[in-house]
Formats: sequence, structure tokens, C-alpha cells
Amino acid sequence: MTQHFLAVEALAKTYADARGKAGTPVFENLHFNIEQGEFVCIIGHSGCGKTTVLNVLAGLEEPSAGHVLMQSRQIGGPSLDRGVVFQGHALMPWLSVLKNVVFAVRSRWPEWKPAQIEAHARKYLEMVGLGAVVERKPAELSGGMKQRVGIARAFAIEPQMLLLDEPFGALDALTRGTIQDELLRIVRSTAQTVFMITHDVDEAILLADRVLLMSNGPRARIAEMVEITLPRSRTRQTLHHDPQYYRVRNHLVDFLVNRSKDYGEGGTAAAAHDPLHPPVVRPGLEESATVIPLPQRPQLSPIETSPRLRAQGESA
Amino acid sequence: MVAVKTRDRLRSTLLSLVILGAVLGMWHGLTIKPTQQLPADVSAEYAALMGKGAEKSDGLPPPAKVGEAIVQHLSDPFYDKGPNDKGIGIQLAHSLARVGLGFLLAVVVALPLGFAIGMSPLLYRALDPFIQLLKPISPLAWMPLALYTIKDSSISGVFVIFICSIWPMLINTAHGVASVRKEWLNVARTLEVNPWRTAFEVILPAAAPTILTGMRISMGIAWLVIVAAEMLVGGTGIGYFVWNEWNNLALPNVIFAILVIGVVGMALDWGFGRLQRLATYRE
Repeated sequence: MTQHFLAVEALAKTYADARGKAGTPVFENLHFNIEQGEFVCIIGHSGCGKTTVLNVLAGLEEPSAGHVLMQSRQIGGPSLDRGVVFQGHALMPWLSVLKNVVFAVRSRWPEWKPAQIEAHARKYLEMVGLGAVVERKPAELSGGMKQRVGIARAFAIEPQMLLLDEPFGALDALTRGTIQDELLRIVRSTAQTVFMITHDVDEAILLADRVLLMSNGPRARIAEMVEITLPRSRTRQTLHHDPQYYRVRNHLVDFLVNRSKDYGEGGTAAAAHDPLHPPVVRPGLEESATVIPLPQRPQLSPIETSPRLRAQGESA
Repeated sequence: MVAVKTRDRLRSTLLSLVILGAVLGMWHGLTIKPTQQLPADVSAEYAALMGKGAEKSDGLPPPAKVGEAIVQHLSDPFYDKGPNDKGIGIQLAHSLARVGLGFLLAVVVALPLGFAIGMSPLLYRALDPFIQLLKPISPLAWMPLALYTIKDSSISGVFVIFICSIWPMLINTAHGVASVRKEWLNVARTLEVNPWRTAFEVILPAAAPTILTGMRISMGIAWLVIVAAEMLVGGTGIGYFVWNEWNNLALPNVIFAILVIGVVGMALDWGFGRLQRLATYRE
């Protein structure tokens, strides 16, 4: 068995109900892997536990069952190895933009001199285009700029993996597009491994190598893993010219609108679904977009080749 | 916009001055005496016994008399002619020292304890009944106990200030610490920030506005209480000064002292208001 960069095994989360008894699990039997340098998005309706999954990966929440291994070591708590960009940017309003990033950098390298810490923080703020506003307080920034500071803060600690919890959810479409481009550029240039929650199908297609589709909660599971079969050089400007884009998009939207509810108890898709080996789907590169269960646990690409290349190679 | 604001401020200042003038005018009109002759029913012997007191006991002093007292006290605030005759500056310094000391002690106790209570729901529930019971007790009710155990009137005064300033600070600190946004704490956790740094660099600044509100309330209460406490224990301080002047039936001095208490209280509140504004952040 190949060593995965991150392996999620039999993860489940159950919250206690009002009387303190364990209720129905929000999700259970989650199995998936993430390889080094891979960008994985997770899509699903509200209440399926996406944020909880991310919090477990971050080490902020304990799973009720199962575990997460990162480079073969179990995640037992928060770590500087995993940078988190929070949904509501989570900047400290009493600190300037620069000080917010400095706070993170100083946590990562406490032995560094103040000048070195500041230079490092400035470098990452310039990378997200905020070099001119570093002395401002977060309240003096627009929503998009705040979220950029959050991204700079997460990147500045140079984590092995980045966790993004719907980072652009609160932004208007125009700002979102600009920041998506920036994120894409930075992730590509740093070969960063990313796990991201999103509600936005287009965002997932633009950014991700692979999209995990989660069925509706309670007892949510990974219904499918969709490989994004568009070339990795895709940009927001050219994305919609690629015929492949519509096939992928239709598949994802179809899942969210029609099929995500079929995996619950007694659902039409539940019986055939094996949570240990969720089917891997490559919309547009197979005869149709139907679900094809794989006979065994999906073996993902080794680190050198991206899943996209392999997907094309197999189809050729 | 700015011009309108300046005009508004000018108008309100003008109105304040008009009200002040009206109050002083009424005061003057109601207290002025047409003649300085002794009332007929006071015998000459009684008047002699009472000295100038007979004149003073006759109602409130007019504003002019109070004005004279103000000028006289402020022109020589630091004289010291024995235990019963000290300048207003010295008396104020005594009161402020007691309030400052008691308040500082309360800060030293209330901030760490409030932090602990705010961080731990268990501790909060365990200590809540005690706080709820002790909070409504008038600080002066502690005075006999303090005098008996401490056996020093001045330190007892400090203790009374301590006990009255601690509650608002304790409750506000606990509340401020408990309501620090979870996401800021999560940021610190994901950055593996140690508990001390989290306390000082995340929780403290996040809770600072609430904590300073508690301090401002505490200081207000302490300044209210010190006057009463000093009336009780005597010796020195602005409260004792008021009581002493009442015993002398020197009402202009009493009114002067009341004004001083008001002005100092206002200055203290203004200072804490400034601190509060410095610590407040906009989200």
C-alpha cells in the first residue's frame, strides 16, 4: 500500500443531543486520502459536516470515531504543519494587518529576530497584494482584503498543508474571482497541498484537482470522488471555453441538486455504495457521467505525477 | 459637517452657561438677607455664645460666600495646621491615596481571578453564589469587621475601597474573558501558541474594553464610597473634611468640598474613559 500524504480513515462525528445522549452521527465512515501537492475541494449541502471534517483535519475538534494520519502520524491536535484560513477571516481587530501576520510568523519561528519576522510577514502580504496597507487595522479593510490577510497569514507559516474553510463565501463575485486567481497562482508556485471547503461549483472546478462530493447529513458520507479532468493550466478566463468544463460542472450540479439525498438510510444509491471505496468519477472522459464503482481502494498517483496527467493517460 | 458640529457645541456650551447663571441667580436670590441684624428672638447672650455661628446657621450661604471659601481654599491648598486643620490639597491626597491603593489591590485580585473564572465554566459556577452574595453588601457594612481585625482606621478605609471595587472588575473581567471570540482562540491554537502568550496577546486585548468598563465602574463606586468611609473613620481625607466642616457649621466649606468631590470624580471618570477608548477596537 502506498503511503499517502494524508489519510482519513473511518472518520465519524456524533454530537450529543439536548439531553446529553449521543445523537445520530453527522457523518460516518469517511475514507479519503490526499496526496502531496494535491488541491482537494469538498462540496456538500449545509449540515453534512464539512466544517467538522476540516476542524478534525486542523486538530481543533476530536472525531467520535476513526482517525487522520498525516505523513503516517496521527493528528492529535492543532499544529503549525497545517495552516488554516477561517471562514470569517478571524483577524485580530486590535492588531494591524502586519502585526496579525507577525503574530503567526513569530509563533512559527520564535527564535527569529523581530526584523526578520517583519520582513517575512511583509513578503507574504506583498504576495497577496497588500504591501501598501500593512499598517491599517482590519476594520479599515474591505472584506476581500481581510480574507487576503487571512490567506497571507496561513501561507506565511509555510505549512505542509493548507486548510481553507469556505474562504470566499462572504465575498462578492468580482472580488472572489480576483482572489481565486491569486490563490491559484500562489498554490501553483509553492506546490502547496490544499484541502478546501466550498459551496461554489465553479470555484471547485477552477481550483481543485479532485472534488469530494458529500451526501446530505445526517450520516453523511463521501458519495463520489470527482477528478477534475481539465488541464491544470486552466484559468478563470479560459475555463468556460473548454467543453470539458460543462461536463464536469453538470456532473457536480446534478449531484448537488438530484443525487446528494439518495445516500441516506433507504436511499436509492445507499445500497450499492461502499463508503470504504467511494467511486472515482472522471466526468467527460468516460462514456457517460454515470457512477462506476472501482473494484478496490483507489490507488492515487505517486507524488511526481499529478492526478490530472494520470487521468489523461488512462483515457488516451 | 464640521462647521455644524462646532456650532452645535457652541450652542450647548452657551446653554450650559445660561443654566449655570440661572441656578446661581436663583441661589443668590433665595439666600440673600436684606439686613444683617440679629433676629429679635435671639438673645444677645446666645448670640455671643454662638459667636459668628448664629449668622451661619441661618439657612444656606449665598453663592458669594461659597465663592470666597473657594478662593480662600484654593489659594493655599497644602497648609497643615494640626490634625483638624489641613489644606484641601492634603485632604484630597489622602483620599486619592486610599482609593488608589484599594483600587490597585482590587485589580491585583480581580484580574487574575476574573481570568480564571472566565476561562473555566466550572470555577464560574462554583464561585458565582459567593459573588452574588457578596456583591450587594454595602461596603460600609464591612467597616466594623475591618476596624476590629485590622485595628487601623486608615487601612480599614483602604479595605473598604478594595471590597467595593473588586466586584464590577471581577464580573466584567470574567465576562470579557468568557466572551472572547472562539475563532481568535482557534487561530492561536492552530499556531501552537502557548497558554501564556494566548492569555496576554489574544485574550487580554480582546477582553480589554470590557475589563476597562469594569474598572471605570469600580473607580466610580470607590470614589462614592471613600467620602462615606472617611466620614466614619475620621482623621484625614475629603470625607472627613466635609464632616469636620459640618461640625464647624461652616456650610460654605461644605459646599466647596462637595464641588471638589464632584470635580475629582469627573476627572477620574474622564481618565478611565480615555483608557477605555484606547483599548477599544473596531471589528
